[in-house]
Amino acid sequence: MRKFSTSDIRHLATLSGLSLTEEEQVSLGSDLEEIIQYVNKLDELDVSGVEPTYQVTDLINVSRSDEVREDMVSREQLLSLSPDEANGQIRVPKVL
Amino acid sequence: MKISDYLQNSATENVQKALEIAKSKQDFGALLSLTEGRALERARAVDAGEFEGRLKGVPFVVKDNFLAYGGPSTAASKMLESFSAPLQATAIERLEAEGAICIGKANLDAFAHGGSTENSAYGPTKNAFDPQRVAGGSSGGSAVSVALDIVPFALGSDTGGSIRQPASFNGVVGVKPTYGTVSRYGVVAMASSTDTIGCFANNSDDASLVMEIMAGVDVNDMTTLDHSWADTPSFTRKRVGVVKQFMTSDVDEEVRQATIRYAESLESQGYAVDEVDLPMADYSLAMYYIIMPAEVMSNLARYDGVHYGHRADNVTTLAELYGKSRDEGFEAENKRRIMIGSFVLSSGYFDAYYLKAQKARTLLIDEFKKLFENYDVLIGPVAPTPAFRLGENTQDPIKMYLADVMTAPASMAGLPAISVPGGLSNEGLPIGVQLIGNYKTDRALLELASQMEGIA
Repeated sequence: MRKFSTSDIRHLATLSGLSLTEEEQVSLGSDLEEIIQYVNKLDELDVSGVEPTYQVTDLINVSRSDEVREDMVSREQLLSLSPDEANGQIRVPKVL
Repeated sequence: MKISDYLQNSATENVQKALEIAKSKQDFGALLSLTEGRALERARAVDAGEFEGRLKGVPFVVKDNFLAYGGPSTAASKMLESFSAPLQATAIERLEAEGAICIGKANLDAFAHGGSTENSAYGPTKNAFDPQRVAGGSSGGSAVSVALDIVPFALGSDTGGSIRQPASFNGVVGVKPTYGTVSRYGVVAMASSTDTIGCFANNSDDASLVMEIMAGVDVNDMTTLDHSWADTPSFTRKRVGVVKQFMTSDVDEEVRQATIRYAESLESQGYAVDEVDLPMADYSLAMYYIIMPAEVMSNLARYDGVHYGHRADNVTTLAELYGKSRDEGFEAENKRRIMIGSFVLSSGYFDAYYLKAQKARTLLIDEFKKLFENYDVLIGPVAPTPAFRLGENTQDPIKMYLADVMTAPASMAGLPAISVPGGLSNEGLPIGVQLIGNYKTDRALLELASQMEGIA
């Protein structure tokens, strides 16, 4: 059975952009073990030579013309959704 | 109530009545907010003759993962608690263009992650038949709003069973269309390769009308299919398959009986009914719980506390801002799925999990295709049990996931599937029957369901 150590969970949390509490790390570790054990059921299948299906429509490369439309959401509306806006920009803590 | 019951009244009268019932049924927790001001304003416009259409003055509600004007769009999460959408979902726009009026936003599992509506950040929705039991989910609030006759139809989203299962639990019709039938523009994305938009109604004809209005190509959703709802042919072979894998002892006896009764009614109408084998059905849930979290992880990456949504206080670095905002804004189940997604996509595990699941998906689709060479419709139960008790499965994620075991196959294959009422259990709880059709046979499925109403 696949085991998840505390450092495995911390690594996945970093990949996931989550800062988990100690308690969450423990409970998610045991949940993930159970879930991965369940999905390992697929090991019973022989999928050699089978093509994967990533999407079920037969559509390929649908495109539209690259035009600014009147009915698009405005810059002002988008900025107003930001939790911290200043001088027409979105403000965040220092990056470096 | 049927849609036609509303068409005779003034829009204002309909909207006021719906708001009144919604308020009197508040204890069920079906609705997160009412868009009262905008609804009454639109009703006045309809009554003034500004809108004509097939849904003139008919009130409806939408699952709160649909972006709509007139109030917050929260996806039942703390992340989007105060999010006021700058645009409206195409599905709503099309219904409004026919004179329908959205009166509120229905409860769901946060970000549509769940099968009971207990993962809502704002409390669960209670079952319309027994308030001690769950509504089902994730579109629980929409199903209950129709079952309580607050509105004659409601919109939901179905990624792995989120319309069909609550429809089954509350005794209403629930439609998950062929993947790509209805635009998802303006609906919070969950798992993009199986997300579909559908509806709940009290009868199949109403559901078909609502779907017909919403269906079709949308320039804002490149996955929408160019097929006309109205032009799809009716079923002519009159052959139905009962899926053997859905009728095992893992499924509640009374639930299986409902499917058997429905099959017998079909026989009485001249349909030939056979038991059919769909071995890959047993692997669909495992596929689903690899592919769906992978897509969830990717889709939820956008909630970073920067552009919109919840931002944590007292953070000094950008990394801390991302981590804390997401930790505070997401529910436990959201985090669980993000973490599984990160695992199955991570270096060294991609081939063993994600790629293998996508290959297994091909095998499932091939099995379905073979069956549809001979059958019009496949039937079976929707969920293994009637509505379970509130709190019964919240501590056991796998047990909760198993509620999707019979709805995941059609989702993984992108096939249309509907849940229709199949009677009540001895305890008086609704039991649904699932009808699965071949690609783009949605209208014919609902036509068959309509013919069976009153017979089954």
